[in-house]
Amino acid sequence: MSQDSAELVNIKANPDVMEQVIPPERLSGGDMLLRALQDEGVDYIFGYPGGQALHIYDAIFRQQRIEHILVRHEQAATHMADGYARATGRTGVVVVTSGPGVTNTITGIATAYMDSIPMVVISGQVPNNQIGTDAFQETDMVGVSRPIVKHSFLIKSASEIPLAVKKAFHIAGTGRPGPVVIDIPKDMTDPNILYDYHYPESVNLRTYNPSLKGHPKQIKKAVNLLLQAKKPVLYAGGGVVQGNGSELLVALAKKLNCPVTNTLMGLGSYPATDKQFLGMLGMHGNYEANMAMHNSDLVFAIGARFDDRVTNAVDKFCPHATIVHLDIDPTSISKIIRADVPIVGLVDLVLTSILSRIDDAFTKGVTRPDMAPWWAEIQSWRDAHGLDTDTRLTDKTLTNILPQQVILSLYRATEGKAYVSSDVGQHQMFAAQYYKFDEPRKWINSGGLGTMGFGLPAAMGVKMAYPDAVVACVTGEGSFMMNIQELSTCLQYGIAVKVVCLNNQALGMVKQWQDMQYGARHAASTYANSLPDLVKVAETFGHIGIRVEALSELDTAMDEVFSEKNRNRLVILDVQVDRDEHVYPMAIKGGSMQDMILSRGEST
Amino acid sequence: MKRRMIAVLLENEAGALSRIVGLFAQRNYNIETLSVAPTEDEELSRLTITLTGDDAKIEQVTKHLNRLIEVVKVSDLTDGAHLERGIMLIKVRAQGAMRAEIKRSVEIFKGRIIDVTPRMYTIEFMGNADKFAAFIATLEKKHIVEVVRSGLAGISRGEKALGL
Ligand SMILES: Cc1ncc(C[n+]2csc(CCOP(=O)(O)OP(=O)(O)O)c2C)c(N)n1
Ligand SMILES: [Mg+2]
Repeated sequence: MSQDSAELVNIKANPDVMEQVIPPERLSGGDMLLRALQDEGVDYIFGYPGGQALHIYDAIFRQQRIEHILVRHEQAATHMADGYARATGRTGVVVVTSGPGVTNTITGIATAYMDSIPMVVISGQVPNNQIGTDAFQETDMVGVSRPIVKHSFLIKSASEIPLAVKKAFHIAGTGRPGPVVIDIPKDMTDPNILYDYHYPESVNLRTYNPSLKGHPKQIKKAVNLLLQAKKPVLYAGGGVVQGNGSELLVALAKKLNCPVTNTLMGLGSYPATDKQFLGMLGMHGNYEANMAMHNSDLVFAIGARFDDRVTNAVDKFCPHATIVHLDIDPTSISKIIRADVPIVGLVDLVLTSILSRIDDAFTKGVTRPDMAPWWAEIQSWRDAHGLDTDTRLTDKTLTNILPQQVILSLYRATEGKAYVSSDVGQHQMFAAQYYKFDEPRKWINSGGLGTMGFGLPAAMGVKMAYPDAVVACVTGEGSFMMNIQELSTCLQYGIAVKVVCLNNQALGMVKQWQDMQYGARHAASTYANSLPDLVKVAETFGHIGIRVEALSELDTAMDEVFSEKNRNRLVILDVQVDRDEHVYPMAIKGGSMQDMILSRGEST
Repeated sequence: MKRRMIAVLLENEAGALSRIVGLFAQRNYNIETLSVAPTEDEELSRLTITLTGDDAKIEQVTKHLNRLIEVVKVSDLTDGAHLERGIMLIKVRAQGAMRAEIKRSVEIFKGRIIDVTPRMYTIEFMGNADKFAAFIATLEKKHIVEVVRSGLAGISRGEKALGL
């Protein structure tokens, strides 16, 4: 709505108060930016100041509604905004300065891009008349970030700021979400030049209209296939989490009595403690999940994108299955695996329509194949090599702590209800395998980019969003050190996350690959003699540190971390785990999904 | 592998073209020719891109183009009958007996000599890559001084049109 029409509406509503029509507020570019963020409902900005962002920072200072969280490295600001967004579904907001400020955000933007996380990154830029002159701290942010953003704006005139903010949030948060950059030259935020402020109520982009119900013909085909399949599998990914489709996924699985597997990104979209859940699939997926995929006659992919960490060799993928693929992004469909039935649409809308069509079919008396033989086959895989067939995990006579046991202990101490962020490596896979997430948005990890250093700041973002929730960061000593400086931010703002470090004194995942593929030559993957004492690190940063070396102490220490006494404290639990443990199952390179190494020296 | 011609209508905004060019580099798609200019609607530019690829690849290219926020419409012109035109300007050494001979070839290939010096001709051709190549093949390498070709512009035949 334009300013004029806004006034008209007011006049119509109350014709005798014409004089009272409030003139538009006159604000500077910097103040318009902050007002626009307020009007967008933003509650936190994660950021770091610098020269070209100083007008913006002054505008932040002169308002109260949005709290700014000062990180210690811009990468962490992006991961905090990202964690906040993953947990809440709302768009995370970052403000940084030009040059090194923006280049430091690149990893975080790429992380959000790969996992389709809504984020708006606002960056200071050198003044318009200096762009292109190699001015001090000039970096072409729009250029540098182009391949890893959903969209970007370079502000050319301050009056564009409110509309650019509106568009940025609209684009970031709808359709397939993603990061959007708004690069603002310093002169656009000049406090001395004022403009009429008006925040648009809605925005209409003629080239962008992502709200899709799915093609009815395709949906009908999918329903028929689902009703005829003898061995169906629902393969659900991050799109179900992002698209708020969990309840509908459960309803569909229950209605069809069919098995469900989740991608690394999809964990929590289907309750892991439910008996129809097969666990995670893919490279380190559960045996039964990968076997079910390989042997199925119908794979229904929902908000998943057939990542190479899932499919293994594409030409051997699910040889007997018809593929139905539902995704909001058409480019994800038939990119890796050709879909027999492609459905472009929003997960919730399409699943709702599928469910009602199935109901119709059932009322008409349509019958389906008996699922019992399929479940019997799945049960035989579970019995043979399911995760809980590993007897070492319950063997109390062992002294070395197995990393899996740490996750089981964490699960017990938090009653399966914590928000768990993770870093990248073996510890991430153990967390994904052994922490049973029953709800979406509780598992916060960098799946697509695999960004070490993500875990701590992401957990901090979650804790900002939900101060009363229990938030744990499962990390490795390698990943932890990639954003360890944020412990200082945690002290400043009282962010009481719990860090559970599976300390194997090595870049464990790299070392595992070297064990398996490079004759155990550990090139640049060990550093045991130079690691810091994490208990002292915790203390230096003003927090609590606890070290555990024996299995018998693990549960007690874990309980201490999550005790009422430590509720408002950041605690680092440094667990010295078995240094030689590998993550299994592991897909055999070049094979199909049923080709896995199951444990040391044992393959399918 | 087929040669394809894709037409794109694009919001005429700063940085929009770089997103298209960036997309091709990022996704490992090779552009063969590209032409771009504003349309009669000053808010829109039109691009014509030619490239080769199998059906799956072209499908991905068009989907990715459509995903860009500034892209208004995408159409694969090679799906139907279409016209394509580019221009080639070529400067050749033309002395002695060669002057008449080159002039004859230009006529055969329906080109036009648009600039003349005592030693050289500059010739203009309208058409497609095949025609340009055929003319160049009539010349010995030592006679060619400079060649410049535009990207191709394409439009579908008949009444079909790419518009808003
Ligand atoms: C920023 C970054 N650099 C490198 C890698 C490659 N990488 C993947 S896992 C890993 C080792 C992680 O070590 P640690 O955090 O200690 O976890 P562990 O595997 O030992 O549990 C490395 C180096 C990465 N994922 N991210
Ligand atoms: Mg480690």
